[in-house]
Amino acid sequence: MLAWTIYISFLGALALFLLPSRRAAWARILALATTLVTFALALSAFVQHRSGEMFTVVSYPWISSMGIRFSLKADGISLTLLLLTGVIGVCGVLFSWNIDYRIKEFFGFYLVLIGAVYGVFLSFDLFLLFVFYEIVVIPKYFLIAIWGSTRREYAAMKLVLYSFIGSAMVLIGLIAAYVVSGSRSMSLGDLAGFHYSPHFQMWAFPLVFVGFGILAGLWPFHTWAPTGHVAAPTAASMLLAGVVMKLGAYGCLRVAMTLFPLGLGPWGFHVIGLGSWRDVFAVLAVIGILYGALVALVQKDFKFVIGYSSISHMGFILLGLMTLNQIGLSGAIVQMVSHGILAGLLFGVVGRMVYARTHTRDLPALGPMHLNKLLPFAAFTFVIAGMASMGLPGFSGFAAELMILIGVWHSYPTLILFVGIGLIAGVAYIWRAMQQAFFSGSAPAAVTTSHDHSLPPITLPEKLGAGILICSSVVVGTFPQLFLNVIHPALNSPLFQGLRKGGW
Amino acid sequence: MTSFPWITSLTALPLVGAITVLFLGGKNKALVRWTALVFSLISLFITLYLWHRFSGTADGYQFQELHTWVPSLHVDYRVGIDGLSLLMLLLTSIVVPIGMLASWQIEQRIPLYFSLVLVLQTCLFGTFTALNFFHWFIFWEMALIPAFFLVRLWGGSGSAKAAMQFLVYTMVGSVAMLLSFLALFLTAKTFDFTELATLAQNGTLMPAVVAKLGWHLLTPEHVALVIFFGAFLGFAVKVPLFPFHTWLPSTYAEAPSGTTILLTGAMSKMGLYGFLRILLPLFGAEMQRVLTPLLWLAVATIVLSAYTAWAQKDLKRIFAYSSINHLGYCLLAIFAVVKATGGDTALTAQKFAAMNGVFLQMFNHGLTAATLFWFIAMLEKRSGGLRGLDDFGGLRRVIPVFTGLMGIALFSSLGLPGLNGFIGEFLIFKGSFPLVTWATSLSVIGLLITAIFILGVLQRVFYGPLREKWTQLPDLTLGERLTLIPVIGLMFAVGLYPQLILGVVNHTAIQMALALRNF
Amino acid sequence: MNAINYTQLLQLVWPEIILTITALVAMAADLLFFKRSPLRTRFLIASSIASVGCLIAIFRLTGYHQGVLLGSVLLSNPVTHLVQIALLIIAILTLFLSIDSTFTDHVGEFVLLILLATTGMMFLVASQDLLVIFISLELLSLSVYILAGFDKHSPRSSEASLKYFLFGGMSAAFMLFGFSLLYGYSNSTNLGQIANAIHGLPLNPLLILAIVTTVIGFGFKIAAAPFHFWAPDVYQGAPTPSAAFIASGSKVASFFIFFQVLVLGFAGAEGSATWHHFQSGWVPVIVTVAVLSMLLGNLVAITQTSLRRLLAYSAVAHAGYMLLAFVAHSEQSLAALLYYVVTYALAILGIFGVLSVTEKHLGNDKISGLAGLSRRAPFLSACLFIFVLSLAGIPPLSGFFAKFLLFTSVLAVSQGSKLLIWLIILAIAMSAVSLYYYLRILKSAFVTDPPEGEGSVSSPVLMRVVIGLLAGGVVALGCAPDFILNQILQAVHASGL
Repeated sequence: MLAWTIYISFLGALALFLLPSRRAAWARILALATTLVTFALALSAFVQHRSGEMFTVVSYPWISSMGIRFSLKADGISLTLLLLTGVIGVCGVLFSWNIDYRIKEFFGFYLVLIGAVYGVFLSFDLFLLFVFYEIVVIPKYFLIAIWGSTRREYAAMKLVLYSFIGSAMVLIGLIAAYVVSGSRSMSLGDLAGFHYSPHFQMWAFPLVFVGFGILAGLWPFHTWAPTGHVAAPTAASMLLAGVVMKLGAYGCLRVAMTLFPLGLGPWGFHVIGLGSWRDVFAVLAVIGILYGALVALVQKDFKFVIGYSSISHMGFILLGLMTLNQIGLSGAIVQMVSHGILAGLLFGVVGRMVYARTHTRDLPALGPMHLNKLLPFAAFTFVIAGMASMGLPGFSGFAAELMILIGVWHSYPTLILFVGIGLIAGVAYIWRAMQQAFFSGSAPAAVTTSHDHSLPPITLPEKLGAGILICSSVVVGTFPQLFLNVIHPALNSPLFQGLRKGGW
Repeated sequence: MTSFPWITSLTALPLVGAITVLFLGGKNKALVRWTALVFSLISLFITLYLWHRFSGTADGYQFQELHTWVPSLHVDYRVGIDGLSLLMLLLTSIVVPIGMLASWQIEQRIPLYFSLVLVLQTCLFGTFTALNFFHWFIFWEMALIPAFFLVRLWGGSGSAKAAMQFLVYTMVGSVAMLLSFLALFLTAKTFDFTELATLAQNGTLMPAVVAKLGWHLLTPEHVALVIFFGAFLGFAVKVPLFPFHTWLPSTYAEAPSGTTILLTGAMSKMGLYGFLRILLPLFGAEMQRVLTPLLWLAVATIVLSAYTAWAQKDLKRIFAYSSINHLGYCLLAIFAVVKATGGDTALTAQKFAAMNGVFLQMFNHGLTAATLFWFIAMLEKRSGGLRGLDDFGGLRRVIPVFTGLMGIALFSSLGLPGLNGFIGEFLIFKGSFPLVTWATSLSVIGLLITAIFILGVLQRVFYGPLREKWTQLPDLTLGERLTLIPVIGLMFAVGLYPQLILGVVNHTAIQMALALRNF
Repeated sequence: MNAINYTQLLQLVWPEIILTITALVAMAADLLFFKRSPLRTRFLIASSIASVGCLIAIFRLTGYHQGVLLGSVLLSNPVTHLVQIALLIIAILTLFLSIDSTFTDHVGEFVLLILLATTGMMFLVASQDLLVIFISLELLSLSVYILAGFDKHSPRSSEASLKYFLFGGMSAAFMLFGFSLLYGYSNSTNLGQIANAIHGLPLNPLLILAIVTTVIGFGFKIAAAPFHFWAPDVYQGAPTPSAAFIASGSKVASFFIFFQVLVLGFAGAEGSATWHHFQSGWVPVIVTVAVLSMLLGNLVAITQTSLRRLLAYSAVAHAGYMLLAFVAHSEQSLAALLYYVVTYALAILGIFGVLSVTEKHLGNDKISGLAGLSRRAPFLSACLFIFVLSLAGIPPLSGFFAKFLLFTSVLAVSQGSKLLIWLIILAIAMSAVSLYYYLRILKSAFVTDPPEGEGSVSSPVLMRVVIGLLAGGVVALGCAPDFILNQILQAVHASGL
């Protein structure tokens, strides 16, 4: 049944492209219906498969001469991420309700993107995974280039080229892995079980990891992200920062770390204190955390703050991956979910609620508008989202960061100080942005709203979208056990055996 | 273990109130205010009920509730109260209505204001009853949010800067504390306070943590100290302890008076509660090792803050610094209790006294400070926003009842025997003197200076020449008198019959003091 | 001297005979009966006749068994059948794409030339004899030179034809020179015997010369750098159907025979281009050409503003990728090469089809002229989308799978050739670069707003059908490549290498 998440999304996209132009308004409803159905499917699968073990969704022979199968499987990690995609998909449509330029093409590209993301999370054959991974690239370009804002064509091209270079690196690694293992099969299980030589793994691992890492915002290959997310229309930003960047992290875990676990081992020598690729990527992740937070702190454009905060949060995920213990890895996956939700919420507020109304994202300009009075719902939502984003307990960010921090204590205690600074900077930039955008100006208790133009009220779709996301964050934050129940068995599966045997 | 989840209900009740108040909307201001007040009074009644049912002789925690929550992280939902928690719950239940009453004249966005106050009350209740770090930390952090907004949105002209400073300081402390706790979790595999305390008692907690971390650059003792420092920082900022106190005066001064009452009456106790509930049981050994620097900090807090209070001209700032001073005594006593005394039973008895003194001081200061700020609020309302020391003079002729009642509160703050302020300070000094003589002696200076500036306030505001513009100042209304009388009465009651409080908390104090042994 | 068995010859060349006859019939019909009819009708009739002929030839090929004439002067085995069928299909598609052309009224001659060129190609791929190869190549080339210059109203077309002819003539001379050297070595024009003669010989200057000149000759035909200078002008100047035919059909044939000549004819002199294990032979020469093509083609394409010139440079780049199959010279890489070049041909035909419609409306082939095409001609731009992305190598289209297949076949050959990874890295990196200029085309069509006042672009139904078929083919071959891939693999395996 889960395969239908992919099929329905693509069918929905096709239907949208074929929709006659007179009926453009139906496009929204069709898109919403499609995303709701796929979300329901993901949810029911999540509820049904409590055990978290990997199960086969479909498996057909495809290109048998090369040993490639159309093989979809899901385990606890996939189910969690599918759920995330479902939620963000629905909320993205809700936040885009106001788009009125080339509506059906917008939602058409949107649904293709969602379908391909579902595909990546479900794929068990690496060729198939790569196919879906590449399909993600093209809709991104058009979504940004056509419906975006600041410097959209440049941003779109940059984003796409970076993504493509990343996937090119992955392709090289995949082809090498396929050929070295005898060109018999591209199934993840088969390739993971093949014993590549340590020498091979030592160069294949960083290649594939960086390839996926580019999409995941690994510092210093992250520069496409802030420009791209800022230029993108709200729903695209939500998807890009919320879900597509997680594709990169997922690829790092599912492909790079599963196939080439020995690549994480010690080199035998040290360079500036780093003794293995694991050290290198851990340090890069921490740099990403700090860099993203500190640069966000000085931004004047509201959306750029959120864009850089995404880099910072993705740094947490990558750091969690590098801890290589169960709690750190679980934390990384929960952080994927958490940041997906929160990025969606933050971009929703900044892009849809504020920018679409005020037509400016300049923080100093927003201050005098006294937005906490004109758009109280937006202020409220941003406060909640901001608090959750900075790791306030009770929300999803805290649960995730808690686990990652424990993992880091376990594996890289020397980095903890820097992570702590990152946490504090995380508080600072959110509060600064919130302060300047919503609560600036003189003490508002004495302010009378002398604006002769009030802003359009927050519409129902926006409230629904925000509500869904806030509830999701609270659920993940207060009941992380729901997800840990399926993630832990997945991490203990034979697939990650090589990773565990390395035992670092 | 009771079957009815009293504590969870008590904690959730203000939150329900907050949502109700928000839904009521802003049309009917009186309705909103009264609803909020009613909710806080219900909490008070429940707390009194718990007080009544509480056993002053039983060991351990009462009214416990336990549910599994996140098994993968060994996190359980566990709440319970002992003497200390119950005392804090009572204090909060008293201070919050006072704060609401003092905020009666707020005109802007009333539903939001009162719902934030109620949310804050939930967070306070939660902090004082949580027995597992996970949800304790949730409440600890969440309390910042309503506090920040209360200061920011209804505060004075400098509220932006003050609120930000408040937030940043507290967050830095919280992050440090979080990191330290995660380090503990690494080896202990538990977040439960009681379990962690047991491990610390056995002397196994810190060595295991240190071994696990494997930092070769520092000696094991130093590693332990670093972890201790992280947790310490979180609480030191909150109390506050010199030199982490700089956020407090501006925040207290810029906040609306009702909020200041909450801050000083209840939130400041969070820091001390943390010292008692967490730092003492878990980090006793480390505290013993750095006892002398800690004592110096406590003395500095006491003396310097009193001195600075003396130099202030803004009434609110005077009592802000005075708060720091009063809480400094608690810290002095806590550090004194930590001191290793071997098996000396006489000194152990002093420790009991000091510990009881801390509890009493926490309660009494909360009560007294809240009342004082309430009076300042009333004065501000009457004077149209003025609250400088030199703005008034000779008011006793115009508002005699006010003068009388505020005088009582001032003397209580000063520590006059017969009022509640005395007994706490007395026990602290009695207990600390034999234990840390030099520090206690230095702290007496603080007592002296406090006496000087409080008398100064009395003299400058109520005595002396009366100005023209104050001749028409209205005295206390009936409503104000009715609400003030119980509070003042409580001051006398506790002052004259401290057994009211001690009956409940003494056992806990003894248990806590006994739990500390030589490390 | 062996006597030729004329019966056998007839058996083998039936398809070519059919084609020639069809060509003559079509021209005769057009000249005799339809001179007065409207242009479109004439094209329709002539193309239909020609297509019928091609179809008959296809039928003949599918049913026929193998045979060899005179030890490979002409041969007929599964793989040559496959390539010939592909060539015929390309011819049919070209003919149908040309139906709406207006560049000439010499319809009969045009169709004749297309079919003659096809005949030349069919002979080309069916032979392993140097002379026959050369003659067929000349037949193909001469027809194509004329086709390129067919638009007498356009000076560009004449220029293109002249350039093509001059370049081609010179490269033919080079090739012939190389062939003569080979003959000198082996006293035979048969590829197999030449290989035997060369085998074991150390690389002496004459052999190197032979290799290099052969590469020059064929390199010109496949538009590989640095022999590609004719390509941009020809692509731009030649009338659309001619350009389409050159870009698709002649590529298929040339690549295939080039592969045969090198791998069979120079077997034993390969050498190796793996990292750290460099060995001289023709493989390093090919690698040099391939790297040059990939680099030059992609980097220069970035700066183009004319769509046709961009396609020409991208053709150079694709030639570079395809030459990698030569480096591996195995059965699997031949299969990959064939798959690649056929799907490439389909995509190119499609793009030229779209171009013929848009150029009618715009008058030029500027990329910026495509602005707003997605609003003005949704179906055409959707097909353009598919073709361009296939060229860029985006799954699930055939271009991606072709590249994947090619790269895996290069690495899969032997243990030592893992070290060819550096070539693969370069190829993939250049693919990433190519995405930039392909996206520019799509940006113009989809993102940019149409100029004011421009209405929708209409296109004849037949064009749409053909372009749609091509798009469908590209998608189908990408999503389910096994169908055709299995056929190719079997054919290659059965034919031996």
